[in-house]
Amino acid sequence: MSEKTINLEINGRFFQAGLGETVLGVARREGIEIPTLCHHDALEPFGSCRLCVVEITHKDWKGWTGLVTACLYPVEEGLQVTTDNAEIATVRKTVLDLLLARCPGSDLIRRLAAAHGVTRTSYKKPPHPTTCILCGMCVRVCAAKGVHAIGTSGRGIEKKIAIPFRQAPPDCIGCASCAHICPTDTIRCEDTDTVRSDGSGGVRKIWGHSFEMAMCDTCGKPILPRKQMEYEAARSGLDESYFTVCASCSQAKTFKTIGSAFDMGGVE
Amino acid sequence: MRIESVKSLNSLADEVRREQKKQSIEILVCAGTGCIANGSLEVAESLERSISRRKLDVKLKLGVKRTGCHGFCEKGPLVVIQPAGIFYKGVRAKDVKEIVEKTLEGGEIIKRLLYRDPLAKKKVETYKEIPFYNRQHRIALRNIGKIDPADIDDYIAQGGYQGLARALTSMEPEGVIDAIDKSGLRGRGGGGFPTGRKWRTCRNAPDEPRYVLCNADEGDPGAFMDRSICEGDPHVVIEGMVIGAYAVGAASGFIYVRDEYPLAVVNLARAITDARERGLLGDDILGSAFSYDVEIARGGGAFVCGESSALMRSVAGEVGEPRSKYVHSVIKGLYNKPTVLNNVETWANVPWIITEGAEAFGALGTGKSTGTKAFSLVGKVKNTGLVEVPMGITLREIIFDIGGGIIGDRPFKGVQTGGPSGGCLPESELDLPVDFDSLTSKGSMMGSGGMIVMDDQTCMVDVARYFLKFLVDESCGKSVLCREGVNQLWLMLEDICAGKGKKGDIEKIEALSDAIAKASLCALGKSAPNPVLSTLRYFRDEYESHIKKKHCPAGICKDLFKFKISKEKCTGCEVCATACPVDCITGEKKKLHKIENKKCTRCGACRNVCLFDAVEVVR
Repeated sequence: MSEKTINLEINGRFFQAGLGETVLGVARREGIEIPTLCHHDALEPFGSCRLCVVEITHKDWKGWTGLVTACLYPVEEGLQVTTDNAEIATVRKTVLDLLLARCPGSDLIRRLAAAHGVTRTSYKKPPHPTTCILCGMCVRVCAAKGVHAIGTSGRGIEKKIAIPFRQAPPDCIGCASCAHICPTDTIRCEDTDTVRSDGSGGVRKIWGHSFEMAMCDTCGKPILPRKQMEYEAARSGLDESYFTVCASCSQAKTFKTIGSAFDMGGVE
Repeated sequence: MRIESVKSLNSLADEVRREQKKQSIEILVCAGTGCIANGSLEVAESLERSISRRKLDVKLKLGVKRTGCHGFCEKGPLVVIQPAGIFYKGVRAKDVKEIVEKTLEGGEIIKRLLYRDPLAKKKVETYKEIPFYNRQHRIALRNIGKIDPADIDDYIAQGGYQGLARALTSMEPEGVIDAIDKSGLRGRGGGGFPTGRKWRTCRNAPDEPRYVLCNADEGDPGAFMDRSICEGDPHVVIEGMVIGAYAVGAASGFIYVRDEYPLAVVNLARAITDARERGLLGDDILGSAFSYDVEIARGGGAFVCGESSALMRSVAGEVGEPRSKYVHSVIKGLYNKPTVLNNVETWANVPWIITEGAEAFGALGTGKSTGTKAFSLVGKVKNTGLVEVPMGITLREIIFDIGGGIIGDRPFKGVQTGGPSGGCLPESELDLPVDFDSLTSKGSMMGSGGMIVMDDQTCMVDVARYFLKFLVDESCGKSVLCREGVNQLWLMLEDICAGKGKKGDIEKIEALSDAIAKASLCALGKSAPNPVLSTLRYFRDEYESHIKKKHCPAGICKDLFKFKISKEKCTGCEVCATACPVDCITGEKKKLHKIENKKCTRCGACRNVCLFDAVEVVR
């Protein structure tokens, strides 16, 4: 973050921000609530859900105001932001009303819609409802990891999160970042950790794949898919053995080391 | 052969012109897409064959030129015999023998092939006398129909690349931007953004390299201005782009052309190769040390890829989805570098402005909309085709003087301008001057220049439904409001057209439209409610009739009307009964006919064929 040299106003309060910050970034940092569905701090802003619309104006704009998405709008000197008013509320309500028609079974959408005063959609439900809101976070996180295994197909109302040729995507490493990031739990990922006597057996099922899991050297529990381990090792330059100790065993080992250092007056 | 300097460009132009003058007669055969579909290539081949076979009089040296679109597509294939300017329409290969014998050898005009002016009610012999042409003022389309698009020398002989020569040898880059600024040229692709200002911002952007692109992704249904320019005068686009690149300091760029325009792709590709060979593209253009090269990027035909940020993503090989343009593409465009993107027609104006001067361009049109604009005039109008007129001309002049009025002299109902996300204007707005700001103030827009004329047998709710369906299919699906919202608007119109409209639907449509227009991501989403909002503004009674009375007054929405044969008007000619595909019309000759409503499928065939307007729409 660069030096905070930009002065802006949000809901009548004055804040300082650095070049490159967005309105959403500043607002969240200062504890001002703006709802989002397609935003994740670890990903580039996308601007598809339209829920984070805010009104902006400036003393030099001769009274002109406009609605922009806070997640994408870069801060500028003298910017005046309103994060909630009747017009903004109507837009957010409309967005959630439309999403409730699309995803009647999604808890997140039902909860958020209710919080904005929408308990029943006023629009037509599609013949095949879904829980996917097409926020695109799964595709973006996959791309951010450098994997690019999944994408979208079709456009408009027919648009879908898709795998190439509807076949298990060859590039998928089974990291399940897509499933973890999905805000509506739409992406299915199943981990089975039945371990056989020979130490093999942990399996992760996702996107039509069945990934063999690498097991913890210490406790024998599955940690991560072997393919992901190979990918991360090659990408980071670390040795594969770095990945074959699970988090809790690694932590226990560290504590043990520190503990013995205090007890014995030296390190093992 | 490479042209090393402006001097050799001029001597080449002189030489080609001298050669061309040796031909006492020149026959121009339209080879635009419309005329080719009607068999114009066979006409050209047949003309060439019979001219060479006959070894016509030595003095009568003929050249058959396959030109670009003449614009009067409805009357094609078109053949023009120069220098007399004799204009033949609807020419077939079988007419060639007669043309050669009578017109070329005998100097006689074949009446049968002449165009009949529907207003003056007489046949006209030459190009210049046709109102469709003589009311036009062509700048962007100036060479189309006159030159062979596959021959760079023909373009050079017509004064081609002179604008580039002047810019490179006697103007500073800033001077070029000043000239474009002064001309008042605004983007012809839809937005109407001042071109000079766009170029200046890009030139002043701190980052490098800069790119200069051409948008040839014309996607509006019924629009073909840009296609015709790419097909009929590809070098004017290239020349404009090189001038633009010189002005903003770019070394490379792309022409993004939709793959559904195969002839445009072929002609542009050839033009690029020829221009490179002549040294008018590439390194050290005309010996000036300035270098710029351009490549073709072929688009898959998604409407949204005409939107600048989606286009740039598509060129870069990504999914064609728009992004928010809080940082403009002149600052961060293609590959996140400063980029100028103008559409085909805008580029086609640039060389003219440089050679003829900014004042000459600014003198045309109205205050904030200078110059001319090309329109594709289609729909229920007598003369359909490509027209270029000075800005500020009224809708009435375009539709009734150039277009010749409504087919069958039926009443005019509305005109749709600006493509699918434009709007429909009613009869009361016919005297509206056609310029960027007037159209916007009335709830429509200039768009890229589509103009669809509608008569009284058009249902405006159905029209809005049609355009919304187009936008539902073409929305990229990124923004919730555009993807879900426009689809819901369309579903509501589907219901209304099927007689399932409810009280409060109009208000619901207006509220949803308002949210979509205010908060969608890109211009496609923001303007998507326009078709429904503009028809609601001017034809609200039709919506109300559909919802309250369950009646479609235009007789289009099949569940909401019946056909009835008028007692007063029916002559008992039996034409309707013959035309009816389900045999539901009965009646004796010279007696009133009757439609059996239970069997009737409301196809409208009877109404279309009745010469006495006796088939009426009733509830």
